[in-house]
Amino acid sequence: MTVTIAAPYRNDTPYPFCPGCGHGSILDKLDEALQRLALDPEDVVIVSDIGCAGLSDQYFATSAFHGLHGRSITYATGIKLARPELTVIVIMGDGGTGIGGAHLINAARRNVGITVLVFNNLNFGMTGGQHSTTTPEGAVTSTTPGGNLEHPLDICATVGVNGAGYTYRGTSFDADLAARIAEAITHPGFALLDIWELCTAYFVPANKATRRSMEATIDGLGFARGVLMDRAVEDYGTAYRAAAAALPSRSAPTTIPIEFTAPLDAPVALLVAGSAGAKVRSAARLVGEAGIRSGLWVTQRDDYPVTVKTGHSISEVMLSPTPMAPMGGAVPDVAVVVSEDGLRKARGVVGRMQPGGLVVTIPELASLETAAEKVIVDPAAAPGRIAKAALALVLLTIAARRRHLVSVEALRAAAAGPFAAENLAAIEAGVALSP
Amino acid sequence: MREFIDGNTAIVRAALDAGCTFFAGYPITPASSILMAMMRQLPRVGGVAIQGEDEIASIGMCIGATLAGARAMTATSGPGISLYSENIGLAIMGEVPLVIVDVQRLGPSTGGATTVSQGDVQFVRWGTAGGFPIIALAPSTVPEAYHLTVRAFELAERFRCPVFVLTDKELGTTLTTVDSEALVAEPVAARVTGAAGTPYRYQPAAAVAPLHEFGRGTTVRFTGSTHDEAGFITKTLPTVDALNRHLIDKIEANRVEIELVDADLQPGAKTLVVGYGITGGAVRAAVAAARGAGEPISGLVVQSLWPVPESALAVALDGVERVIVPELNPGLYRREIERIAGNRTVIGVERLDGELLSPQQIREAAA
Ligand SMILES: Cc1ncc(C[n+]2csc(CCOP(=O)(O)OP(=O)(O)O)c2C)c(N)n1
Ligand code: SF4
Ligand SMILES: [Mg+2]
Repeated sequence: MTVTIAAPYRNDTPYPFCPGCGHGSILDKLDEALQRLALDPEDVVIVSDIGCAGLSDQYFATSAFHGLHGRSITYATGIKLARPELTVIVIMGDGGTGIGGAHLINAARRNVGITVLVFNNLNFGMTGGQHSTTTPEGAVTSTTPGGNLEHPLDICATVGVNGAGYTYRGTSFDADLAARIAEAITHPGFALLDIWELCTAYFVPANKATRRSMEATIDGLGFARGVLMDRAVEDYGTAYRAAAAALPSRSAPTTIPIEFTAPLDAPVALLVAGSAGAKVRSAARLVGEAGIRSGLWVTQRDDYPVTVKTGHSISEVMLSPTPMAPMGGAVPDVAVVVSEDGLRKARGVVGRMQPGGLVVTIPELASLETAAEKVIVDPAAAPGRIAKAALALVLLTIAARRRHLVSVEALRAAAAGPFAAENLAAIEAGVALSP
Repeated sequence: MREFIDGNTAIVRAALDAGCTFFAGYPITPASSILMAMMRQLPRVGGVAIQGEDEIASIGMCIGATLAGARAMTATSGPGISLYSENIGLAIMGEVPLVIVDVQRLGPSTGGATTVSQGDVQFVRWGTAGGFPIIALAPSTVPEAYHLTVRAFELAERFRCPVFVLTDKELGTTLTTVDSEALVAEPVAARVTGAAGTPYRYQPAAAVAPLHEFGRGTTVRFTGSTHDEAGFITKTLPTVDALNRHLIDKIEANRVEIELVDADLQPGAKTLVVGYGITGGAVRAAVAAARGAGEPISGLVVQSLWPVPESALAVALDGVERVIVPELNPGLYRREIERIAGNRTVIGVERLDGELLSPQQIREAAA
């Protein structure tokens, strides 16, 4: 049947659906709703999913986005977030609702201000009448020849309990459908209409389905009909912009001045090996920043388990008079071994260190094997108590002084920041303990 | 003034400097710090950043936002690229400008989340159905991560296609000293948009029509199905053929414009080392060391991985008898070099244990 409906929302192309297919009736109601609202078609985007329902956008003279199966809500979300002033309407089948279920729930939860029309014909029309997440129990489809054993998804309840602003359940036969669609489009938050309808090619012949049997199924499931949710909520994108307005401008990069001279004339590879959660990385970074303040080019590569507060924490710091890219194969010239966790991980490379190298560690680990010079530092010999989290920086200060990596002045300058007092105390303890 | 930053930070700064206004991503090591920084910074410059419910949603939101006028980027690692796959095809088919950062980690599967790899170099090229081309850039240093990200935005706008920035765990997360002045770029030109005529144009095949955005005074049709120039689904053979050839030719016929390499060629050298990404550091060091030892050698660090920079490679291969290709994967890019190296010997240096290659390993292969 060729239906030509007045511009501007419907174009003059006839629908491609099978005779009696509910999709065309719902689209007529959508057209009616758009006419009621008299929206500028240039500011309306119909985002269609896949399947027979997904063909719908082509019969409208609005803007259109036809993407992937089940993902229409993600495109609609992107469009609406980028341009909250656009009216964004999603048309998806029950198939798209199933495969894209996570998007449905999350768009509802965020209250992205889009309107979702679910063309719920209880099966996959386009691919041959397979069952979907909304196929009623007992229904026969091409993939449930003995009757469906799965319970159908209550779409309205699902999005409703998760924050949706507006929900409606009905059928393509509802006299007030155009009014409800218009109401949903006007709602500022996430609005969804679960519209049950007949797939005359598959579901109807396989189940002798009629308008009456479909309505009886809805009632039999205990699924309510009509407007099920209508609450005042704000569109996510609008709320986002309001929150953003209060923010300061973009953060400026943290720059580091060069205020000391570089004592090194060749690259030095420094390894710090300790326990996760014991400030190994931040101590290594402090030494690195002291190097940068001294005109050196520093890189710092960290290795730690994904569970960041347990196990080892290793930092490899390269201090170089010229820029150096990270690369493999470096054996440290200087190693600071702070704990058993660190040694377990670093034993191999420490064992390969050259006689000219230096290892600074604590009495408990004094027996570690290396050809490098070993300096054993007893934290108990310090004038004050040294916290576990300060030990890496204490030992690093000792190593830096002994090998003239960076000066104590440069370390002190790099110690600024939220933990300046603790860092300065650790540096002073390192100076006091230096052999 | 100097700074101590990692590659992920440089990419975020580049994106903001390039006028990125939309970001959507899902947390994954070693790319998460890009998401976190974009969530923090983008709203401060009038943009929108969102953590998607998964990677499919994230790239989908980026595509939708771009059609509505945003300049979008997303960032992930191998497992996330796997989930991007179908939408990468949509962005190719719908001619959507989009920057996709892949901070590579050791795979397959969950693999090594905190471990370096270059295992996605072929994946980004062939990671969606159909085999159609994309553009991929691979920085080898933190300043390059900045400049190639800016370039990725330019190329995405110019060619209306997904442009990958391929980094890795080490480049992404190793703190590096940079000169502040080295991280400055000319602003990326505002998007040239169209409103007149059709949203797609297939002739001449290598030309790229301006993007039509939603809500700019005209209606716009966008689809991932084979479509005519007006954006209506079609199966008309000549139209489908013209569309698909256009998707190929707009990139392949303009490959010279996209080519980017850092060539360090020594006249008369019989050995050429070709690397890319994080391995570029070891390549440059190996070349310097070999020359220091009096061995003539040429080096080439490829910055535009896809399309393969064949003219720059042809120049570098001239007079060379042996090509060494070090990479952190089982010789994946080596096959591209072998394809164009003729009868030259191509030697791979591979590392698959999650550690970086050393200059020494490259020199041993060259010995
Ligand atoms: C990722 C993916 N998987 C499968 C398909 C095949 N497919 C096309 S339409 C469809 C189901 C459509 O059913 P529904 O959403 O209910 O729409 P209807 O045809 O019933 O209107 C499927 C599975 C696809 N296009 N993409
Ligand atoms: S197959 Fe079903 S859903 Fe598709 S057009 Fe025919 S009746 Fe409608
Ligand atoms: Mg269906």
